[in-house]
Amino acid sequence: MYKLGIDVGGTNTDAVLIDEKLNVVEEVKQHTTANIYDGILNALRAVLTVSGVDRREIGQAMLGTTQCTNAIVERKSLAPIGVLRIGAPATRGIPPMVDWAEDLKKVAVKTAVISGGFEYDGKELAAFDEKAAAAFFRELKAEGIMSVAISCVFSTVRNDHELQAMKLCKEVMGEDVHVSISSEIGSMGLIERENATILNAALYKVAQSFTEGFARSLADEGVTNAQVYLSQNDGTLMTMDYARRYPILTIACGPTNSIRGAGYLSQIKNAIVIDVGGTTTDLGVIQNGFPRESGVSVTIGGVRTNFRMPDVVSIGLGGGSIVREKSDGTVTVGPDSVGYQITEKALCFGGDVCTATDIAVRLGMTELGDKTRVQHLDEAFARKALAAVRALCEDAIDAMKISSEAVDVILVGGGSIVLPEDLAGTKSVTKHKFGGVANAIGSAISKVSGTFEQLIDYNELPREKALEKARAEAVELAVAAGAIRETVEIIDAEDVPLQYYPGNTCRVKIKAAGDLA
Amino acid sequence: MRKIGIPEIKDIALGAALLGAGGGGDPYVGKLVAIGAVQECGPVTLLDPQEVPDDALVVPIAMMGAPTVLCEKAIGGSEYQALYDIVSTFYGKPLYAVMPIEAGGVNSMLPIAAAARLGLPMVDCDGMGRAFPELQMVTFTIGGGSATPMALVDEKGNSCIFRTVTNKWTEELARSVTMSCGGSVSVSLYSMEGKMMKEYGVSGIVTRSQKLGSAIRRVKEATDETPEEAFLRITEGYRLFKGKIGDVLREVRGGFNFGKVVLDGIGEYKGQSAYVEFQNENLTATVEGKLLATTPDLICLVDTETFTPVPTDALKYGKRVMVIGLKCFPLWRTKEGLELVGPRYFGVDTDYIPLEERCKGGCGDV
Repeated sequence: MYKLGIDVGGTNTDAVLIDEKLNVVEEVKQHTTANIYDGILNALRAVLTVSGVDRREIGQAMLGTTQCTNAIVERKSLAPIGVLRIGAPATRGIPPMVDWAEDLKKVAVKTAVISGGFEYDGKELAAFDEKAAAAFFRELKAEGIMSVAISCVFSTVRNDHELQAMKLCKEVMGEDVHVSISSEIGSMGLIERENATILNAALYKVAQSFTEGFARSLADEGVTNAQVYLSQNDGTLMTMDYARRYPILTIACGPTNSIRGAGYLSQIKNAIVIDVGGTTTDLGVIQNGFPRESGVSVTIGGVRTNFRMPDVVSIGLGGGSIVREKSDGTVTVGPDSVGYQITEKALCFGGDVCTATDIAVRLGMTELGDKTRVQHLDEAFARKALAAVRALCEDAIDAMKISSEAVDVILVGGGSIVLPEDLAGTKSVTKHKFGGVANAIGSAISKVSGTFEQLIDYNELPREKALEKARAEAVELAVAAGAIRETVEIIDAEDVPLQYYPGNTCRVKIKAAGDLA
Repeated sequence: MRKIGIPEIKDIALGAALLGAGGGGDPYVGKLVAIGAVQECGPVTLLDPQEVPDDALVVPIAMMGAPTVLCEKAIGGSEYQALYDIVSTFYGKPLYAVMPIEAGGVNSMLPIAAAARLGLPMVDCDGMGRAFPELQMVTFTIGGGSATPMALVDEKGNSCIFRTVTNKWTEELARSVTMSCGGSVSVSLYSMEGKMMKEYGVSGIVTRSQKLGSAIRRVKEATDETPEEAFLRITEGYRLFKGKIGDVLREVRGGFNFGKVVLDGIGEYKGQSAYVEFQNENLTATVEGKLLATTPDLICLVDTETFTPVPTDALKYGKRVMVIGLKCFPLWRTKEGLELVGPRYFGVDTDYIPLEERCKGGCGDV
């Protein structure tokens, strides 16, 4: 049996086939198309044709896509929704979407804040106002709304009211209605969690179209025996059904997949991964085989959210970055780039723009294009340009580190030829021949996971017992998501003391992941 | 007298993050509470302290409790009316205006929401000119003012008012009530007459905060000077150091965050080293072994590119920051002021020497 991984990026759609032992059988790169679907189909056809594998032998197919991000940023294909918050009498001071841009705010046709919710310790803040919720759902139904975002105060501690509201919503509006609840999406911080939930609800049509599109293209190409999955941004997979319910969790799966793919190819579990593209370079961190999560709020299309995202920094450096000499003799690289036009515009390909790639060719770091076309470049100029590339890269590595200790670095991406391999602050720099499609590989080798998060008072439940309970809960969540129980491991654990609480209250968060059944 | 609307609130919030001097909490939720109130009830009137009669009742408004809880429960909106009722009943007269008690962090924003919802003006004045960690650390303490009678209300409608014998008792009792009410409550404290506010308060602090916020927001627009020069000129900041964070040492003791951030010089400071010590807020800045600034002067870390303030809880290895010093409110430099918030109170064994004197003979520019 084979695994098929596809990653839709801004410029390229990559596809890889991997065998049972997780060896790369074939890799292809195609241009991403405006409608996405054609690009996926092209990549799929190419990888199947070139490899010649029996299509019925493909047991799993995974897709990583940027469509949700695009939809939010471009305000396209977002569905009209209803927004319900359970939390009155608290929270009324901040109406939903209070600081959103007007054009994006319009996705919410109706909003309501009703009684209910919990205190930090799980005590009920107010009783859930079932009547008000039912009335709100009836109004939404009358408006023809098909998607509802529900959030609740401290639903990360107890989600009973959100679950009651979801049940009621389906009773009133029908089983087909798409319901997003905040406890499944975000973490502590009502407003950011609610924001993420609203975006998720508004993405349901986008999710429908890319899940159906992927399934259709697989069926059209005769890949009929495959279980189909979508990549999430924590490096694990979700089923098509789950992706339709939680499309927002696909946001930023591209960098995540490339981090995971890099870790897999190099067999290094802890490192900084540098993914050099044509225009930008993404730096991420792989920790125990999974991407490090961002500790700060993440803004998507101007909306502040708090759902998990990989900790990634992007810098304006890539294979197509334009190199210039200033009048004072200093040399700059980027941040502007010839991008995907590199094969026409770069000197080594017969163009007239000096790019970072040309510098690498001039200095003999790589064999690419026609090296005679860059021989006229002054070596001192080329060395200065390389020094500029080095400085950009070393600064960014430094920003990702958590201490001054030297780290391992893995270089991936098509543009990684422009980087020197002796970088300050590193103990090793690794490259792999399949590094160019690390993202599609990351998609193909993903696991499934479950995360457990709760406030626990260690004076009531001693720390060891509390963590044990939390670990068990996380494993159950991973199994519920489709993991084989025997393969499930705890991949992340944290407990943060909350200073103002009485006793010894900590926020405990455990994540477990395992291989697909 | 002038109006404060949503654009002003955004700038004040950004300025408040700087005046937090590393502490005070993220003003983000406070900003949303203020915006929510102004969207519903209209802009707020900001009064110059001199516009307030001597015998008028002026009430500082704040939140007490865990910022993480505030981020989850926010504010119900009716708390301010409940505060108004209990305080005006207690004093037997109406409230004339509200004001902030501190200029840093989330508490800089909540009085704007209170003013909007109560239809009262807010006074351009606070009791710190920055953020401090303890209840008695306000200028009104110097004037003989007391936190009590302090009123507390929660979003459920519970309210109480304390008459306590010392500020320590106020803190003790308020903490218990806060926890019982779910970890975050709205409070009024140091209620006072206009005369006391004018005599001891930090006049014009809201306007200063707004000016700082606007300077940070527009710093890239500078034409005849570098963004850094523009930033230092408008903030009247003393540049103490520029460096990369090399290490952050932290410790939680008695409800406070203690720590030290070590910086390796960059740019013109390359080869030099510096460190900043903090207890919630930044306490001291030492460059090449020389103490350049101490509390109560403000020590602020800002991003070297964007000039946005970097609070102590966001300090991490590798971040590039500029350390600046801002002069504190003059009353803090008196003997009484230094007893409350001087270096020795925080356990730093040095006499207070004003920032501008410590920096004489070269630490940077004004």
